[in-house]
Amino acid sequence: MGGLQKYKADYQQLIAELPGQSLNWLQQLRADAYAAFSETGFPSLREEEWRYTNVSAIEKKLFSPLVSADSSTLDTAWLDTYALKDAIRIVIVNGRFCKEHSSLEGLPAAVTVSSMADALEQKPQLVEQYLAQAVGHEKHSFVAFNTAWFSDGLLVHVPAQLVLEQPIQLLHVVTQADYLATSRNIVVVEEMAQAKVIETFVGESNAYLTASVTEVFVEENAELSLYKMQSESDKAYHFGGTYVKQARHSRFKHHNFAFGSLLARNDVHTDLDVASECDLNGLYLGIKRQHIDNHTRINHLQPHAISRELYKGVLNQRARGVFQGLVFVAEDAQKTDSTMNNRNLLLSADAEADAKPQLEIYADDVKCAHGVTVGQLEDKSVFYLKSRGLDEETARNVLTFAFANEMVEKVALKDLHAMVLDQLLQRFPQEHVDKEWL
Amino acid sequence: MLNIENLHVNVGDKIILKGLNLQIKPGEVHAIMGPNGAGKSTLSHVLSGKAGYTVTQGKVTYAGQDLLDMDPELRAREGVFLAFQYPVEIPGVSNIYLLKAALNAIRRHQGLDEVDAMDFLTLVKDKIKLLQMDEQFLYRAVNDGFSGGEKKRNEILQAAILEPKLCILDETDSGLDIDALKVVANGVNSLRTEERSFLMITHYQRMLDYIKPDFVHVLADGKIVKSGGPELALELEAKGYQWVQEKVA
Repeated sequence: MGGLQKYKADYQQLIAELPGQSLNWLQQLRADAYAAFSETGFPSLREEEWRYTNVSAIEKKLFSPLVSADSSTLDTAWLDTYALKDAIRIVIVNGRFCKEHSSLEGLPAAVTVSSMADALEQKPQLVEQYLAQAVGHEKHSFVAFNTAWFSDGLLVHVPAQLVLEQPIQLLHVVTQADYLATSRNIVVVEEMAQAKVIETFVGESNAYLTASVTEVFVEENAELSLYKMQSESDKAYHFGGTYVKQARHSRFKHHNFAFGSLLARNDVHTDLDVASECDLNGLYLGIKRQHIDNHTRINHLQPHAISRELYKGVLNQRARGVFQGLVFVAEDAQKTDSTMNNRNLLLSADAEADAKPQLEIYADDVKCAHGVTVGQLEDKSVFYLKSRGLDEETARNVLTFAFANEMVEKVALKDLHAMVLDQLLQRFPQEHVDKEWL
Repeated sequence: MLNIENLHVNVGDKIILKGLNLQIKPGEVHAIMGPNGAGKSTLSHVLSGKAGYTVTQGKVTYAGQDLLDMDPELRAREGVFLAFQYPVEIPGVSNIYLLKAALNAIRRHQGLDEVDAMDFLTLVKDKIKLLQMDEQFLYRAVNDGFSGGEKKRNEILQAAILEPKLCILDETDSGLDIDALKVVANGVNSLRTEERSFLMITHYQRMLDYIKPDFVHVLADGKIVKSGGPELALELEAKGYQWVQEKVA
């Protein structure tokens, strides 16, 4: 049986166990998504959006949601290192909500934070209002795959006017080898509300597949800071999509840290309404044979919106980083103000960076800038540090660290900042890195 | 302290220094003046160990050692300091980190313990007043977004903390207004001791009004063509570099 056939066969067994059995609209949505996925299968290199990233390994490896996942062996001390102390925390283990490790303490009653399975039981109309609404136009076959397959996920709903100071952490954990973890998440921040949400993806040292989709709705004049820290196992495959709809005057800040996994693909898409603002930040670190693909799309659909984007990559050994960023400016989106930058630091002759920024502009009164660099450390900077007594290796490490740390410094949450920094130092592409450099 | 003998230096196929001789004793302040393109910056770069220069003849001895055989970081640890003409901006690396890392690299080389955090802060705060800089500078990235004057002050601050034996000032006065020049000169003067030597490389006589040299040399076409006391600088100012070049020709 071919890889795709096996995934389909598994699905026939899985389908009866998926949440939301009694909801006709959801059954229909899943059936349509399954049909769409069956037609295309997983993406191939022939597709422009996937030309740098070969996903055929996941068909060969046959990850399955039917592997009996035993979360009782979960190493809680290890898990604790990823739990943010000051946050409301929801934990998903092997694709399903884990109440034991979650903590909703301090959550205002008006705010909904729940597993997707529970939400489909208790608030099906709320889910129906948003599910698949931010990805409606996506032809991405991983989105269809996720819609058909998702076994659980998380729902965050912050009502209008509410300013939630406490951050919400969505912690995705995989402990099981060969597991296929599919989660579907929805984050809604209603009018004038504000929230901070952190998605963390971690796994024990196995090969597994995470296919996660998060749909985000930032309503009128609302604000959301969304952080993603991907620290999957170094044998894992990670496909993560973040699809955002921004209403008038909304603000959305995204911080995307890609540290782990053997192969990772991130999609971040946002649709901008009148005078909304988005700020997309990314840092990807690649070592050994890691492959990290970042795909962003900013759709300026209405006038006066502002977009800022900076993605940085540090690649060593045989690692490969990809950045494909598109800024689309519709005919009506006059006075668009947009900058997109991608900077790559290559630390070895075998490392590779593929950068492809694109502008597609149909309005005539706009300000759009983009820039890309792929290079090594500057000799003059290395020399300057050496002329002050630092040895060559330290000089290079300091400069590399400073390059990456710019993105970490943008993290405004203290505990998260410490965690991201720790992850950065642990997985830093060079040795002998000193915390004292901060 | 420093002995340069018959130094010939190429950059690529181009011959820049053509037999330069210079001797600096402990505590002396030497000024090298010269027109653009005479080889002033090449000299400072060769002494500090920057790549891209080929020494074809001659030798440089520093404190009894072959300077040209030493890596740049070793020269720094042995007490050679270059204040850059164009200090490099290093985003993401804080000034205070660089100062501490540099000081500790030198101390380790001298067999001393690393500096205590509190002592270091006291030292830095003391020196920063001397350069009339705000303490905020310590926590900003090295030279990142600094004005021309701030960058030059920052170089002298580094020298004040690292306490080199030989301090090379490469065009430290260029780009400074008179107020900034006075602050920088004041900083340099406070570093003068019986043992510490200075090599000032400059295009303008103005700096020498504020930092009095013991000797003035004129560098033209890759060689020192005239040496004298401070009065030579004034003569140069009055008659222009052409005067020296004509005399040589």
